[in-house]
Amino acid sequence: MSEALREVAELIATRQDEAVLATEVVTHSDQAELTITVVPSSVAKFVAFLRDDPTLQFQTLVDITAVDYPGREKRFDLVYHFLSMRQNMRIRVKAGVREKEIVPSVTGEFQNADWFEREVFDMFGIMFSGHPDLRRILTDYGFRGHPLRKDFPTTGYTEVRYDEEVKRVVYEPVSLVQDYRTFDLMSPWEGADYILPGDEKAPDAAK
Amino acid sequence: MMDGSKFDDALTGEQQIRNFNINFGPQHPAAHGVLRMVLELDGEIVERCDPHIGLLHRGTEKLMESRTYLQNLPYFDRLDYVAPMNQEHAWCLAIEKMTGTEVPRRGQLIRVLYCEIGRVLNHLLNVTTQAMDVGALTPLAFGFEEREKLMIFYERACGARLHAAYFRPGGVHQDLPQALLDDIWAWTETFPAVLDDIEGLLTESRIFKQRNVDIAIVSQQECFDLGFSGVMVRGSGMAWDLRRSQPYECYDEMDFQIPVGQNGDCYDRYLIRMIEMRESTKIIRQCLEKLEQCKGTPVQTKGKIAPPNRGEMKTSMEALIHHFKLYTEGFHVPAGEIYAAVEAPKGEFGVYLVADGTNKPYRAKLRAPGFAHLEAMDHLCRGHQLADVSAILGSLDIVFGEVDR
Repeated sequence: MSEALREVAELIATRQDEAVLATEVVTHSDQAELTITVVPSSVAKFVAFLRDDPTLQFQTLVDITAVDYPGREKRFDLVYHFLSMRQNMRIRVKAGVREKEIVPSVTGEFQNADWFEREVFDMFGIMFSGHPDLRRILTDYGFRGHPLRKDFPTTGYTEVRYDEEVKRVVYEPVSLVQDYRTFDLMSPWEGADYILPGDEKAPDAAK
Repeated sequence: MMDGSKFDDALTGEQQIRNFNINFGPQHPAAHGVLRMVLELDGEIVERCDPHIGLLHRGTEKLMESRTYLQNLPYFDRLDYVAPMNQEHAWCLAIEKMTGTEVPRRGQLIRVLYCEIGRVLNHLLNVTTQAMDVGALTPLAFGFEEREKLMIFYERACGARLHAAYFRPGGVHQDLPQALLDDIWAWTETFPAVLDDIEGLLTESRIFKQRNVDIAIVSQQECFDLGFSGVMVRGSGMAWDLRRSQPYECYDEMDFQIPVGQNGDCYDRYLIRMIEMRESTKIIRQCLEKLEQCKGTPVQTKGKIAPPNRGEMKTSMEALIHHFKLYTEGFHVPAGEIYAAVEAPKGEFGVYLVADGTNKPYRAKLRAPGFAHLEAMDHLCRGHQLADVSAILGSLDIVFGEVDR
């Protein structure tokens, strides 16, 4: 399986050398996976090539998602998964995207990219150019922020309840009765770094 | 006012005819959950359909980032709550592939057994509620009686009727008692007769056929464009089933047929679901036969990602430490990424897992089949009657737990 994928990777890299930045075949147990990193601006052209090339035929767009790495200069990894039912093969296409960068939409190539891109926009705030209707999809009407970014708190910023006096649902800032608890369960002998509040002996950096 | 002078604009020449917008849901019995659809109607013909989803959004993917791998497992029951164990399966497969864990044979067989029970659970619900949407009430009662029996099998395996948390990375939580296996066997003998009853009520029913034949026809090209999987693809004549084409667990040893439709309409999809239930019953019987041959063998892998057995924990200090660390810190998954997919009853359910080497996933994306299917509503409903909307929605097999996540 991984041999066949390596050949495919080579083929794609030679035919689309201006778009492809890197190819990688990783094997986990019995499953080999091909990941291709491309330039974000050429995503739309590249996926059209994947779909139309007779030896590849990646005609099904399985999924679009993103991963947030706040420390990186290209903060988001935009991840596309494709499936070729005819070749019985899967491929992953990745593109590193800066925070304010606008990526060309693939809705022209794959009709079902519509909702996936709306979800990525909703959850990460990545904008797509040429998308017909880039609205929020999963969050509430009038929601602010992008929940799957790492700097968005799990508890969110607002909470809703039905108010008996004004006879409607009201939005209020989150107030937790108990602090949100994150347990540090890492082994102390595997280099956990404990920061004790009010520890005067701790080095300055840890305080 | 009363002399009609104010209404002179309503009688002039060509009148402005405006399409009618209606709200379907969010609380509608045929919406199969909380779905709000804004329908634009021209008379009774649907011109545009805009589903508003997210009313059941619970932020599962965000929650998963702050929990350990094992703590995340029960979230999968709450995705497609009609066939919970099939989702857990995808999560377990992703972790097992990343860590290189082998599942013992008995564990594999029990998993396949319960995945197929899940498939029957799902198809029973879908077929009978879709029939109810188009006016047949009796199949629902038949179907739910069987579902009840199957949920008791769930309960006897893991203690919960729906939210099982039974599959674990490296196997399943506990072995099944022999009495349960015997009862499942007895059930497989009576179940085909129930299917015959449901088919007798629906398959040749004039009303049922009028409401389903040639409704929402999906061509093969549309399957690709709309990202369909599972029954939606098979209904259009492609024999695509992950259990066969990318076999996982021990599906490659099982003998079963993949039904394929011809027309790609709601009726074909109904027929496929009925046949798949019979095929699943066959797989269940094969699993039971194979389980008979490996009685008493372990159901969960040995090593760091599975708990020690209870007796050992009470006597061995190392086992006690291992148990404590497993359920507090949890196991670590090596850094990397993987996409693991299973053939869930509704289509391809996938987990894209990005691990960073700690005890929590860095990012987990749940690829739900219903999401892509519901997205096609606009495309499928255009030009159909308003009454067909509920038939199409039923045939897509939507559950909001997985669409909204």
